[in-house]
Amino acid sequence: MNNTGHSGASLTIWRVLLLSQWREQPVRLSVTVLAIALGVALGAAVYLINTVAVGEFNVAAKRLVGEPDIVVRGPRDGFAQDLFVTLAQDPAVSLASPMLELEVALPGRRDTLKVLGLDTFRAAALQPALIGDIAGGVFDLLQPDGIFLSTSAAQQLELKRGDRLTVIVGDAPRSLRVVGILSEAAYGQALGVMDIGSAQWLFQKIGRVNRIDLRLESGVNVDSFRTALRRRLPAGILALAPEVERDRTVTATRAYRVNLNMLALVALLTGAFLVFSTQSLSVLRRRGSLGLLRALGVTRGQLQLALIGEGAAFGLVGSLAGIVLGLACATAVSQWVAGDLGNAQLHAAGSALHSVRAILRAAPLSLLVFLAIGTAVATLGAWLPARNAARQEPARSLKGGDADYTVVASRSWRIGIALLAAGALLTTLPALGGLPVSGYAAIAALLFGAVLLVPVLWVKILQIAPRTGVAVADTAIAQLRENVGLSTLSIASVIVSFSLMVAMAIMVYSFRASFEHWLGKLLPADMQMREPLGNDTAYWSPADQARLAAVPGISRIDFRRTRQMMLDAAHPPVTLIARNSTGAQVADALPLLRRLQSPMPADTEPAWISEALQDLYGYHLGDTLALPLGGRTRHFTIAGIWRDYARAFGAIVITRTAYVEATGDSSANEGAVWLDGRTTPAAAEAALRGCFERPDSLDILTSTALRERSLGLFDRAFAITYALEAVAVLIGLVGVSLTASSTALARRAEFGMLRHIGMLRRQVIGMLASEGALMSLFGVVYGLILGGVLSLVLVYVVNRQSFNWSIDLALPFWQLAILAQTLIAAAAVTALWSGRIATSQDAVRAVREDW
Amino acid sequence: MEAENTVVRLENLSKRFRRDRPPIFEGLKLELQRGEYLAIMGESGVGKSTLLNLLAGLDRPDSGRIWLEGIDLSLLDDDAITLLRRRSVGFVFQAFHVLPYLTVEQNIALPLELLRVAEPERTERTAHMLEAVGIGSLARRFPRELSGGELQRIAIARALVHRPRLVLADEPTGNLDPRTAAQTLALLRTQVKSNAGAGILITHSRAAADTADRILVLDGQGLKPLVPAT
Repeated sequence: MNNTGHSGASLTIWRVLLLSQWREQPVRLSVTVLAIALGVALGAAVYLINTVAVGEFNVAAKRLVGEPDIVVRGPRDGFAQDLFVTLAQDPAVSLASPMLELEVALPGRRDTLKVLGLDTFRAAALQPALIGDIAGGVFDLLQPDGIFLSTSAAQQLELKRGDRLTVIVGDAPRSLRVVGILSEAAYGQALGVMDIGSAQWLFQKIGRVNRIDLRLESGVNVDSFRTALRRRLPAGILALAPEVERDRTVTATRAYRVNLNMLALVALLTGAFLVFSTQSLSVLRRRGSLGLLRALGVTRGQLQLALIGEGAAFGLVGSLAGIVLGLACATAVSQWVAGDLGNAQLHAAGSALHSVRAILRAAPLSLLVFLAIGTAVATLGAWLPARNAARQEPARSLKGGDADYTVVASRSWRIGIALLAAGALLTTLPALGGLPVSGYAAIAALLFGAVLLVPVLWVKILQIAPRTGVAVADTAIAQLRENVGLSTLSIASVIVSFSLMVAMAIMVYSFRASFEHWLGKLLPADMQMREPLGNDTAYWSPADQARLAAVPGISRIDFRRTRQMMLDAAHPPVTLIARNSTGAQVADALPLLRRLQSPMPADTEPAWISEALQDLYGYHLGDTLALPLGGRTRHFTIAGIWRDYARAFGAIVITRTAYVEATGDSSANEGAVWLDGRTTPAAAEAALRGCFERPDSLDILTSTALRERSLGLFDRAFAITYALEAVAVLIGLVGVSLTASSTALARRAEFGMLRHIGMLRRQVIGMLASEGALMSLFGVVYGLILGGVLSLVLVYVVNRQSFNWSIDLALPFWQLAILAQTLIAAAAVTALWSGRIATSQDAVRAVREDW
Repeated sequence: MEAENTVVRLENLSKRFRRDRPPIFEGLKLELQRGEYLAIMGESGVGKSTLLNLLAGLDRPDSGRIWLEGIDLSLLDDDAITLLRRRSVGFVFQAFHVLPYLTVEQNIALPLELLRVAEPERTERTAHMLEAVGIGSLARRFPRELSGGELQRIAIARALVHRPRLVLADEPTGNLDPRTAAQTLALLRTQVKSNAGAGILITHSRAAADTADRILVLDGQGLKPLVPAT
């Protein structure tokens, strides 16, 4: 037979098999296709939201950075603009553009507005896309109180041209006039643009800038110049390549995106497993028909191709449906959930994914990739059953029997052991490019390795199971023992979904318990007050602090100065926290994991770093930490490592004494407030707010409320994780119930015969329920153990490598017990339901069906 | 004494499958004594298998009554009929219907397990039946390893191992070659007789029917003795 004839015959067989399967089991096939669709939809939705959001961030970052050759960046509170004069006069520099980039506090708002103070004429050459819009309003911008707002900022603040914008500088409100609105094309996110002179005056930064963009003369080697410049720059000022500036924000959220993608992948793989399970069962159920086809002259290759084609068809249809569903999900999530997830990327995605057309324009190729992935995993799922069916001798197929699966099962344990060993090894590898690649690979290897050990363990258990003398129980065990291939498929579905569910539950519970403990350690005071987080303009002077501390009913306020600081060009800024007055007080108040046991070197101040700083920068206890403070490099000794769940890019705590001594800055922007025991929090809050002209600008909360708000944010952040995991588990459970119902239906004739020889209907159902209970019990116990192991990898490898913070393992016994009971109950209900359906047909008709 | 010997009695039995169609049979009467082996013949569709199902309590008549071992089936619910069937009826099917996941001896012992027959009696009776039907050497084998004739021997052994009062065989040789069929029929007769029960054989085959003590023909008019061809 030539190739054309070969494939033509395969096509015919494929059509016949597919149509007959569709006619016989429309519900089962629909659910299988739906499972693939859900997996693809989740993957596509998560990918689309991330891709479009990252795209938006990229565009925004490009607009802000513009087209300089080098970006010189200093501390957020700025450096003397003499450096600008020096650089502008450098013969290698053709253009230097000074900037003041600040996060500005706004009254009554917890978020800040990014404001760019710039020299319009110089910036026009370096940020043309951003400044182009201002061209007509340059003179308006030069007005002392003039500010341009981006469309997004104007919408968020509900302002239009001519309106007044109030900002907080120090402890007082200042008013600006909106002189123009930038088009959405110029900048997609919230931004204000001012003249640099006005910004310096308004924000009390006269003579200071925090960024200088440089364009070099043609012919100057940029890399060499940048390297040389780094050596010339004062402490704390960095010379960066523009792409480092552009990529920083996107890189910072990469771990979060990768973790979401991984969860979507889990859902897709669970769908693939369902295809595998469906096809394996279908092949077993149709072995007589397949044997007949072989007897009629269909070759092994044709049969295998046709059966693989079935899987590919499910995958294609499911993937197409999944892409449509994914597009809908992405649009819905972005539009309706954006404000709720505590994920800044979703805000960006929300504005970009406003229509299906916009999504299609944003990522057309990726949708094709998802179509291909969905089809490929379904095809892969069908491959093994197809190969087994094609290898089966026709005579044996015609006669029936599951012996070959037992043989396969007895061989699979070697691969299982090898995968478990590989998984264990992978957990010891470090992160790759800041991502827990080896951690996820370890989870996959451990999961598949453990699943491959199921057949041999299951066979052993059934072999040693004693005969009870009770017909129902003995028949159930004999059925499971002889059809180990079928029962293994069922158990594997339980194990895959349950172990992932257990691992996630343990990880999230551990994280929440650690987070709660951490909050308790950090919030010992009655109340917390602060200026908007991350702002550069609002603070309390020493006089303000004295006034606040003297408020009646307040027993004590521990003031803190918190600011952002850049230690390395490749990393996002870290947070510097100056708190308390002595090192002993600081050490006592922090959730320290490790502390320096040896004495501190003389003449150095202690610093306590968060785990993220340790992981990202490679610092150890006792190391010297060089911090650019007050224009000079100050050296601190790392006296402790503390746990911090609030700042993923690292935080450093030093004493306020050391900070003030180094910087001369005795202002504060955060405080922990202890009440005298007689004053209510509400009265204290009113009194504290009354200290300022702007009573609605402070963020004041009781520690209890802050703790509740933080836990609420935590739960919302994990809501999407739970949702994705729930879908994966649902797919797994659907697989279990389909396996049970399909198996029960395939055994109708057997049940009919048992009814003939005197088995009661409830005994038949009881037999099926016993089989279901035995399988689910084994699956649940095995899944608990495997899930426990996987949770260790999640807690100690994936979490640590993704977010650079540690978690203490905690076991949610009650939650796991309920999960286990739910699964066993689900399996029992499924078995009962399947049994009722299978025995509802009258026994006479059942035995007349050929089996 | 005669009533004690009656295994099955049918009185005015009628059955129809659809209201708009005539009954498949009407006013059927039959009495079967212990030790009697009866063959029922008839064309396809006249209701032979339906009659068998009614006898076993697997189906209910539209009118008329059935007594099995003197018990009126119409007075029993499904569970009670099932328990009666478990104790008093043995089935042999055309398609064998042995459980593929049980060994030969486990298949045969199944009715005894259902009846909670204790060891060592269960093993002894199973072993006895294995020898009686000539498959003692196959006790530990699985059905997939056996021929059609061997499978039907298992089915016969299973139908008789609990010494039922009534054995119902529905085309038991339909799937067998003539030589094996003859052996199976002889075996079935011998075992029914030695079990001191009664047997009903449903068949199309005159040769098979000839192994019975008497032959009845089922047609539209009811059950009538077979008139030998002249």
